[in-house]
Amino acid sequence: MLKDDPLKRVLYVDLATKKFWVEERPELFEENIGGTGVASKLLEEECPVGIDPRDPKNPIILAVGPANGLFPIASKTVAMFQSPHTGNLGESHAGGRSATCLRLAGYGAVVIRGQSDIPVYLVIDRSGVKFRDARALWGLSVSATGRAIREKETGSGLRSILRIGPAGETGVTYSCVVTETYRHFGRLGLGALFGAKKLKAVCLVGRRSLPVTDRKLYRELYDELLKRLRETPALKKYHDLGTAVNVIPLNERGALPTRNLRQTRFEMAEKISGEYFAEHLLSRRLACSHCPMACIHLAALRTPYEDEPYFYKTTFISYDYEPIYANGSMIGVGSAEGILKLLDTIDNLGLDAMSSGVVLAWATEAFEQGLVGEEETLGLRPRFGDVETYLQMLHHIAYQSNEFYAALARGVAYASSRYGGEDFALAFGGNEMPGYHTGYGAHLTHLTGSRHSHLDSGGYSYDQKLSPEEITPEKLAHILFDEEVYRQILSSGVCCFFGRSVYNYETLSRIFKVSGFDFEVEDLKALGRKILRRKYAFKKARGFELTKLKIPRRILETVSPHGKLEEEFLRQGLAIYKSLLESGA
Amino acid sequence: MAHLKVVDPDRCVGCQLCMFACQRRTGEGGIAEAAIHVRSRGGISRGLTVVVCRACEEPPCAAVCPNGALIKRKGGGVVLAPKKCLGCGLCREACTLQAIFWNEATGKPVICMHCGYCAQYCPHHVLVLEEGHAQG
Repeated sequence: MLKDDPLKRVLYVDLATKKFWVEERPELFEENIGGTGVASKLLEEECPVGIDPRDPKNPIILAVGPANGLFPIASKTVAMFQSPHTGNLGESHAGGRSATCLRLAGYGAVVIRGQSDIPVYLVIDRSGVKFRDARALWGLSVSATGRAIREKETGSGLRSILRIGPAGETGVTYSCVVTETYRHFGRLGLGALFGAKKLKAVCLVGRRSLPVTDRKLYRELYDELLKRLRETPALKKYHDLGTAVNVIPLNERGALPTRNLRQTRFEMAEKISGEYFAEHLLSRRLACSHCPMACIHLAALRTPYEDEPYFYKTTFISYDYEPIYANGSMIGVGSAEGILKLLDTIDNLGLDAMSSGVVLAWATEAFEQGLVGEEETLGLRPRFGDVETYLQMLHHIAYQSNEFYAALARGVAYASSRYGGEDFALAFGGNEMPGYHTGYGAHLTHLTGSRHSHLDSGGYSYDQKLSPEEITPEKLAHILFDEEVYRQILSSGVCCFFGRSVYNYETLSRIFKVSGFDFEVEDLKALGRKILRRKYAFKKARGFELTKLKIPRRILETVSPHGKLEEEFLRQGLAIYKSLLESGA
Repeated sequence: MAHLKVVDPDRCVGCQLCMFACQRRTGEGGIAEAAIHVRSRGGISRGLTVVVCRACEEPPCAAVCPNGALIKRKGGGVVLAPKKCLGCGLCREACTLQAIFWNEATGKPVICMHCGYCAQYCPHHVLVLEEGHAQG
């Protein structure tokens, strides 16, 4: 890497002693690039085996890569930690401005250790870290927290404010960290870890310049990539309607999880489609820093105050496919306005929108079946489609109002272990299900992916590309493994996965060369496997066993577009995936 | 001479491609030398503001420069003579639009030269390079 590239600087922060220091670690980046590669190495160094996720020794690691601040659509920051939700590997990526700000503040990674005695927030800029008293912010919603820090601190336009809401403070294991109001470190409970550390927010401020090996080459490559990105049809699709464009096609295929996946088609799908949102509610489109696509879609929701006529508030709420699925079809809500109300509450409490919806879906079915009653629900009677009841339940979950809601605050895997209903608890490796019942590919990704996320290897897209006859466990496992390996490099860059059709191995190799990294395509593939196996080793050391993963009965009962799914197929896929992860290790 | 014009900030999506483009004039990455800034109007839901030099015919920044480092540009605005600049920052305070930025590494102001390079990268027609005087 280049001698004067600040990427090599790792910022260490100790919340207990309120001290920070910078270590220059060029070899760490030369071997692992950045992002997922570097963060996984730092996590291995920092996180002891056998600790509880709330232990002060559980670190928060943020990492960016060489492409951030240099190339378009390289807009993500990687967070790594031991997940409060699964107790195992925690990894979450967020867009917004955080990656640009961290990179241009002059750091490649931040390691946050320890636990503060009082609530604090951090300001991280080129001169290091300022520890600010956050006692006055504790208990505030995500938006109120953002507003307070925005007005208190300088650097508008050059900063990113990562913060948690009440759910993170009480330790809901799927609470998230919100950045720039509309982007999230959504999954696996980074918010709860912030809360355990008494860390209310992190404000990143940066605006430096970045060196390149060859200025002319840099500009030429930049222009070429921007042109290719703009010509990609998928990107236009996501710019126009956003990811919500997927609602109708998935519904038509019979792959849209509905009412806790008892069905796969939602009769009100059109009312919650990207088209409906765009026509009736879309008010603004936004982009992450350095992204030509602008996939962020904000809806304007006008709601009247009931105590006074002609008195309204207008709220801007971002929507995407996954939150719409989880808080729409999955819980039988067929109104876009209803979904927005739920998302607004979820965002302000600082919950993960996907897990929240799946938790509500499970709770509804558990209530229907009499596994829990009004004593547990504090008098509420959840039923599919009932937005007002769900809004109240979300508050109870965030504040963990009683034993039942405290169980819901730990996700469906835990709640069902306490109250029954495991067959319809839709979680994979402890993480709630994403919005795809497309076939074997989707579920094998949910099971095998290192984060148990649909984004780990995108199996849902292979379900749509391949016919059922073409798919065998062997073939699918190999395809998904290769895809997950490739995505380790993409997220070491750190590039948004939406750029994947342009940022292939060959392009990434050229991108990294501009920052003085010498990786040929084969080197990148080898490194991708190494990173993936490192993450797998982290999980294995903490008791993870791929072949023993629970497969929710419900996904085998509800017919997918590829027919009724057989457990044996998935078990074979898991065994092959395991052998791929363990070969050469 | 041409000048840069913010046609419609309400079309801005906040991608900051203009800022990165401005920096790339120097051949480097980042935004230290970006003479155009995009920021929210107090939280991103309220929309975005594009802050850049308007090419004043009588620039207040040049008027306060104690060392003649800001030379009035034909067509409006100023050109910085870096060797003459003392880094005092008076120009930055004088600009009503807050369109003079600061490079912390060089300790000197960063001011739009109205080349229009950023406008070529704006995906949503927020910026345009326009012929004639800005205040004409």
